[in-house]
Amino acid sequence: MDFDLSEEQRLFDTTLRGYLAEHLPLERLRGLAEAGAGFDEKLWQGLCELGLQGLLVPERFGGSGLGVLDAAVAAEALGAAVAPVPFIGLAMATLAVLRAGTPAQQDAWLPRIADSEALFGVGFAGLAGQTGEAAATLADDRLSGRITAALDCGMCSHLLVVLDDGRMVIVAADGPGVRMTPRRSLDRTRPVTDLAFDAAPAELLSAANAPLATALRVLDAGRVLVAAGTLGAAQTMLDRAVAFAKERVQFGRVIGSFQGVKYMLADMVTMLEPCRGLVWYAAYAQDAQDVQDAGPHAARLTACHAKAHLGDVAREVSRMATEAHGGMGFTDLLGLHFWFKRIAFNRQILGGPERCREEAAILQGWAT
Amino acid sequence: MDLTLTDKHRALQAEVQAFIRTHGQNSPKPGGGRKRPDRKTLEWQRLLVEHGYAARTVPRDYGGFGAEPDVLDLAVIADAFSRANLYQGLTNQGISMLVPTLLEVGTEEQRRQWIAPTIRGEVIWCQGYSEPGSGSDLAAASTRAVLDGRDFVVNGQKIWTSSAHYADMMFLLCRTEPELPKHEGLSYLLLSMRTPGIETRPLKTMTGRSEFNEVFFTEVRVPAKQIVLGRGKGWYVANITLKHERLMIGDAGKMSHRLEQLIALLQSTTVNGSRLIELPEFRDRLLKLQGEVLAWKAHNLRLLTEAAKGEESGVKRMIVKYGGTMLGFRLSALAVDALGAAGLPFESLGEAAEDDDATTWNIDYMYDIGLMIGGGSSNIQKNIIGERGLGLPREPKAPPATAAAVIGRG
Repeated sequence: MDFDLSEEQRLFDTTLRGYLAEHLPLERLRGLAEAGAGFDEKLWQGLCELGLQGLLVPERFGGSGLGVLDAAVAAEALGAAVAPVPFIGLAMATLAVLRAGTPAQQDAWLPRIADSEALFGVGFAGLAGQTGEAAATLADDRLSGRITAALDCGMCSHLLVVLDDGRMVIVAADGPGVRMTPRRSLDRTRPVTDLAFDAAPAELLSAANAPLATALRVLDAGRVLVAAGTLGAAQTMLDRAVAFAKERVQFGRVIGSFQGVKYMLADMVTMLEPCRGLVWYAAYAQDAQDVQDAGPHAARLTACHAKAHLGDVAREVSRMATEAHGGMGFTDLLGLHFWFKRIAFNRQILGGPERCREEAAILQGWAT
Repeated sequence: MDLTLTDKHRALQAEVQAFIRTHGQNSPKPGGGRKRPDRKTLEWQRLLVEHGYAARTVPRDYGGFGAEPDVLDLAVIADAFSRANLYQGLTNQGISMLVPTLLEVGTEEQRRQWIAPTIRGEVIWCQGYSEPGSGSDLAAASTRAVLDGRDFVVNGQKIWTSSAHYADMMFLLCRTEPELPKHEGLSYLLLSMRTPGIETRPLKTMTGRSEFNEVFFTEVRVPAKQIVLGRGKGWYVANITLKHERLMIGDAGKMSHRLEQLIALLQSTTVNGSRLIELPEFRDRLLKLQGEVLAWKAHNLRLLTEAAKGEESGVKRMIVKYGGTMLGFRLSALAVDALGAAGLPFESLGEAAEDDDATTWNIDYMYDIGLMIGGGSSNIQKNIIGERGLGLPREPKAPPATAAAVIGRG
């Protein structure tokens, strides 16, 4: 029994954070955000050299063969730096191919993911209970329908789309019958894309015996990774608020010595720190679906709760960290708002807290 | 991360389940723990210690089970007991605070004398810390202990001393070196509550019960060898004890059990024919709390892992008392709301008998506020989290009080 990250995971985390600190200074982030494309190709290439694209791809297909917990470590580091890269969409697509693809489909897609030939955006809006349109139907291997606010489609070569019944299909982004409308989002580092399909050729991932359960596992993993990103972003906001409170002088004292400010920061750490254990636990449960006999639904339950709870806690942390900075926190100059907006974005994407809790209720037989 | 059950853990799980089948019907009702353990509870505690389900890692030489620390062992045991709705053993100030303190800094003789009867529940301890003039400012304690021959002679007063009215022993923070600065002049003594010169007066609280006391000391003689660690070391020892108290109060296992009870309450309570758990307002409150309990449970596993590795948990440990008591209050608050008007009749039977469910929840609801205040109030915890945990500067202070000034104020 060991409830902690491994040495390898810590090293991976340190490497990733070091790379991001060096290659994503605030000015670079600001430049990317103004364009609103939400994708830094150079940064992504650098991160791919660290193995991010093939992280979940098994070694026999040329990837690193790591698990959702490792991906959560990466997502937390990316969130901490508000990195504009499509890691979570790709991770979800990898898991979809792994869990729902036939051996031939795995042979076809996984090496391409590991080699950075295929980059995926995901249209999971319906299953996740996002607002907006989410209707897609499949007939004769052709996909039609519309999906609002799909994730990580910025520079993607392919789309992973889930149907109402949980079947998942792959569509070429530049194929016939596909129209993608990128929308700059509140979080300028994370665009959303409206998808419209008109009899677009689609490849069904056809090996899943229970398509809905399989798609939910992909969704759960995505939610855990979003929660991890939220954790990283909220931790950065807290750290910056603490640092600011140690520097800023008013009434002849640094403001962190005033109990009004100190207690705010204490509240933030008291809320946020237990979230790290929750995210780790939820990620671990994705990898090992049978965790210490925690019940048949442990993986789903903790994924829903991690997404919901992080959304709520980080909202408070982001509000208080901004307040702790006083007027500077409200300015564009300080750039703190990038983290605030990432947290706000993550709260809504792949299902908000209310939706996630409702799913947790259904899971436990408390709602239908 | 590795939470898989090894063969050893599966064996333990089977063993605990067998124990529950054999002995489960002898378990006292879970909860409570604010009165002297009755015979049933003592017998149950003895069984738990014997099987290693309580005091599991306390060395055999001191009457414990002597197991190597293993976080998952504890989780397996707690989980099985919680599912079977069984009493998980005594948690009191002796077991949760004094025993770990003695294991850390007690003499061999003190450990041999006190640990075994304490973990069996036979010796009940109370904590002589707060005074009328030193609550949050605990280090300003002014109860005096003066060496006279082979004894310390104690004079002064303590307050908020929970369970003093039935405790056998007290661990006492008192001033032995009045000429030194306040933190350096304290000592930590172990003394019998039957020593002549001790008077205990119950203090009735908002729950209607007398969970706390005032304790008066007049020329109370305590053998000098009953000091822990030495003269002037009292503040250091007291902080070891406080660390354990705060972990006890914020205990995630207890929160988890309370959540289970709350779920059962919302499933069984109906209004106009609907179960409360089917009403979105109640259900969403419950689910928010469930998410939070899950987070604190995971956090607790993290702390246990760090403790097993001998790592300092720093701010992660400091948040437990503040966060845990707030969560506890919100859990009992939802229970009180679920009980609603039908839960208003309140008849506390005191220490003689078990209260009905509504009264128990209402007592918890109030007692939780006591827990926020006791053991270092929430605001003191926030100072600790901010200053020691996050490294924020302290409040500017008045010039340091000399010991003479401290005593004079008392």
